[in-house]
Amino acid sequence: MTIKPPVSDFATDWDHTDPQWVNDPYPIWEDLRTRCPVAHTDRYGGAWFPATHAGVSAVANDTEHFTSRTVVLGNGRPMEDALPAPIGVAPPITSDPPFHQIARRLILPAFAPGPINALEPMIRQLCNDLLDRVVGRGVINGGSDYAQFIPPAVIKRMLGFPEADEDLFREFVHIVLEGIDLPVEERIEQFAPIEEYFRIQIEDHQAHPRNDLTTFLLNAEILGEKLSIEHVFGTMVLILVAGIDTTWSALGASLWHLAKNPDDLARLVNEPDLMPFAIEEFLRFYAPVTMARLVKEDMEYLGCPMKQDDWILLGFPAANRDPEVFERADEFIIDRRENRHLAFGLGIHRCAGSNLARLELRVAIEEFIRRYPRFTLADPAQVTWAQGQVRGPRSLPLRVA
Amino acid sequence: MKVFIDAQRCQGHGRCFSLAPSVFGFDELGNGHVLGDGVVEGESLALARLAEANCPEHAISIGES
Repeated sequence: MTIKPPVSDFATDWDHTDPQWVNDPYPIWEDLRTRCPVAHTDRYGGAWFPATHAGVSAVANDTEHFTSRTVVLGNGRPMEDALPAPIGVAPPITSDPPFHQIARRLILPAFAPGPINALEPMIRQLCNDLLDRVVGRGVINGGSDYAQFIPPAVIKRMLGFPEADEDLFREFVHIVLEGIDLPVEERIEQFAPIEEYFRIQIEDHQAHPRNDLTTFLLNAEILGEKLSIEHVFGTMVLILVAGIDTTWSALGASLWHLAKNPDDLARLVNEPDLMPFAIEEFLRFYAPVTMARLVKEDMEYLGCPMKQDDWILLGFPAANRDPEVFERADEFIIDRRENRHLAFGLGIHRCAGSNLARLELRVAIEEFIRRYPRFTLADPAQVTWAQGQVRGPRSLPLRVA
Repeated sequence: MKVFIDAQRCQGHGRCFSLAPSVFGFDELGNGHVLGDGVVEGESLALARLAEANCPEHAISIGES
């Protein structure tokens, strides 16, 4: 582990892996909104953090000045031998226009409401199977007994990966999203088993095509030509990484909130019509995902002297707490009627899996509160939060009886 | 009144057809569109306004029919 100096001032030296940011970033962002509102750090080779909704929206919608070539902030910059811009290593999330739209249109139909809604009975069954496994226990872990299992099981089925590999997926996700402090060489080394795993899956699907997303990608064509293996690989990695700890984090944070707020829990149990509004408020208030962009060229932007290849950390969770846009922004209002939150981003990179995420979140909460209409935090000190660009509770002991 | 979706702005967040399925539908990419002639009144106008107030891309507008 690299030992990093503590942050002196989040306005000029921020670090999103600092324990204070990881454990409770909201007061930091509120302070930055009033003081900056774009914070800077020399860490990671130079990075900016707009703390307001306006700043985040401007960058998210500006593909002319910012590239998505890589979206996970780290010590290095994207490797030169990766797929060149505008494709990037994991299309379409790492793609820029005009290629982005082509790569995105390819996968959107698989994540449109029709095919996603068809998964509801399977997800409901999955949630109940998980709850059956811990039945009779007084304390269950909302993270490691429940939330962490749901997204990998769904993604595994969509990609057509072997039954037993879900633990591996979680490890891969951990490497991609939480290993950002490692030196670049070590990071490349870490990725080797992921590449090997996907190579085996791709070869297996080439030999035995079936009705899943992997086979779909292998057969897909752009302008009459099959996708390169690098493109197939990149999109599979994207679906796996983006589809797992994001939703797991949103679900964990939602259960954490309900455990701490018995009034909200009681309302959700007694007024099921609130669910669509509650889901959006969970997503606003505990938005798990922060994205990154790179500055294309030296420029003055949002009043800041940005340099080529500076990072921008796109804090959708911070934008969601901006009082300029949301009334009573720092309050969780379970029946909030107007909620233009940015939990799934904004603009052309809107989370392609948002329909799936909402479905998993809703069904998992419905089944949990149906089984346990009353639960509390068993031990607040035991709750741990993931560091990096996806924030949610990893360990969440809940007293259910 | 009449409701419109600006297809250039819509990014498929899906808020409109989730909140107001009688007013909005979706295509094979998951992008929203207005069902029928888009004329809304009473209950459907209220639903269209709710969708408008929740679209993160500000893609929905309601005007005179």
